[in-house]
Amino acid sequence: MAALFINVEVDPALAKDAAAVKKLVEVCPVNIFAEADLGLLAIVEKNLDECTLCELCLQAAPAGAVRVKKLYGDREVLVRTD
Amino acid sequence: MRFYEYESKQLFGRYGIPLPTGSKVAHSAAEAEAVAKEINGPAVLKSQVLTGGRMKAGGVLFADTPGQAAEAATKILALTINGHAPRGVLVEGRAPVKQEYYIGVTWDGFARKPVMICSDMGGIDIEEVAETHPEHIAKRHFSTLLPFSDYMAKELIAQLAIGGAELNQLSRIAAALARVFIAHGLTLAEINPLARLEDGRFVCLDGHVDMEDDARDSQKAILKALGIAPEEKRQARPPTQFEIDGAAVDAADHRGVAGNVVEFDGDLGLVIGAGGGSLTLFDAIRKHGGRPANYCEIGGNPSVTKACELTKLILRKPGVKKIAVMMNVVSNTRVDIVARGVIKGVIESGHKPADKIAIFRIPGSWETEGFKILQHYGVEYCDRTVSMYEAAGRAVAKMQDA
Ligand code: SF4
Repeated sequence: MAALFINVEVDPALAKDAAAVKKLVEVCPVNIFAEADLGLLAIVEKNLDECTLCELCLQAAPAGAVRVKKLYGDREVLVRTD
Repeated sequence: MRFYEYESKQLFGRYGIPLPTGSKVAHSAAEAEAVAKEINGPAVLKSQVLTGGRMKAGGVLFADTPGQAAEAATKILALTINGHAPRGVLVEGRAPVKQEYYIGVTWDGFARKPVMICSDMGGIDIEEVAETHPEHIAKRHFSTLLPFSDYMAKELIAQLAIGGAELNQLSRIAAALARVFIAHGLTLAEINPLARLEDGRFVCLDGHVDMEDDARDSQKAILKALGIAPEEKRQARPPTQFEIDGAAVDAADHRGVAGNVVEFDGDLGLVIGAGGGSLTLFDAIRKHGGRPANYCEIGGNPSVTKACELTKLILRKPGVKKIAVMMNVVSNTRVDIVARGVIKGVIESGHKPADKIAIFRIPGSWETEGFKILQHYGVEYCDRTVSMYEAAGRAVAKMQDA
C-alpha cells in the first residue's frame, strides 16, 4: 500500500552522489533511505509513513535538495531554504 | 503469579505450617506408588493444575494401598481439567478430620494493608461463609513494616470463641502464614481447609499462593528453590489466540509497546494507554454501559507499523464494531504517530477511519500534528479539555448506531 501520510523527494543529482546517499542513509532514524546498486539512492516506500519529521535529512543535504511532504492537512512541505 | 498446590505447601512447610504426611508430588504411577508406600496408610492423590473444579472432574482420588495409588495416579495424570494438563499428582496421607478451618491473608487495596481472615467454617468458599455466616468470620489488618506476632493472630482467632490448645496451635499457623505473605511479596496466602484431625493435630489440607509479578525479581531464591523457572508466566488462564497474536505484534518491533492485549467479549475495541489511565478508561467505558472487546496497552512511542498492526488485529476480532483510541496526557508517545498508525490500520482493514474510530483522545506530544491528521480523515477527536470519562461516554454513545 502506498504511503498515506508522508512522501520524500530527493533531487536526482543528489541521488547519484554516493557520499550524499551514505549520509542520508546514516541520518534517517526510520530507514527511509537506502543505498541501491552503484551507490544510487533508493526510497524505502514501506517506511515512508514512519517519518518522524525530524528534518535530519534536510540538514544532511544541500538546501532544497530533499523535500519531506505531508500528504494531509495543508500538505506542508518541509524543505531547507538557507 | 499463581503457585501449584504442592509449591504452596512446600513454601508453607518452610515456615513450620504442618502438612499431611508424605505430601510429595509424583510424575508417574511408580513415583506415586513409592510415596504411598512411605505414607504407609490411606492416601489422597490430587491433580496439580492451576484451575478449580478438580474434585468434580475426577482430579482427586483416594487410595488405601500403594497399588491403588499407582492406578489413581495413572488416571489423574491422563486427565485434562478445564484445558489444563496436570503438572503432576500430589500424594498425601489421609487422616480422619474433626473440623475444618479457613485462614487467609490477602491485600486490601482500600485499606492499603494486608488483611488476615479466619473462619471456623473451612472447606467451603470463604465468600459464601462471609455472606451466609458472617459471625463465623474474623479479620484484621496489619502492617507490612512491623513484625507479625503470634499474639496478633491469637487476638483475631479468639474472636471466633476458640480457646485453649486449639487457639494456640491455630495462632502459630496463622502467624506463620502472615510471615510467608510479607516475606515473599504475596498477594494471597490461603489455607482452606486447615484441618483439625481427630488426634488433635492441625494440618494444611489445601493451600493457595499468589505472588505479585513485580516481586519475582526479589524472590528469585525461593522461586528457584521451588523449581519455578523465570520464564514461567502462570497466568490465571491460557492466553487466547487474540492475545497470542497481540504479543506477536508487540514482539515484532522493538519500538514502544502495542499489542499487550487481554481479550473480552464486547464490541468496542480499545487502543488505550498503559497503566492507571487505561484502567480508568476501561472502567469509564463500562460505567457508560459500553462493552470493551479488549484491554490494551499502547505507549512508549510505538512505530506507525506497530500501531497499525494492533489496530488491524483489534478490528479483525469478531464482533468489534468500532474502536476508541484514548490515553491520559502523554509525553513519551507521539500523538501524530499513533494517529497515523491507527488510521492506516483502519484503512488497510477496508474501513473508513471516520466510521470505525469512535473517538480519538490522546493529548500530549505533537498533538497539533496529530489533530491535523485526524481532521483530514474526519475522525472525531478531542484534547485534554475533555475528560477521559467524557471521552469514554462519547465513544459509547456512538456504539448505539454502530
Ligand atoms: S525527516 Fe527524519 S525521519 Fe523523515 S525522512 Fe528525513 S530523516 Fe527520515
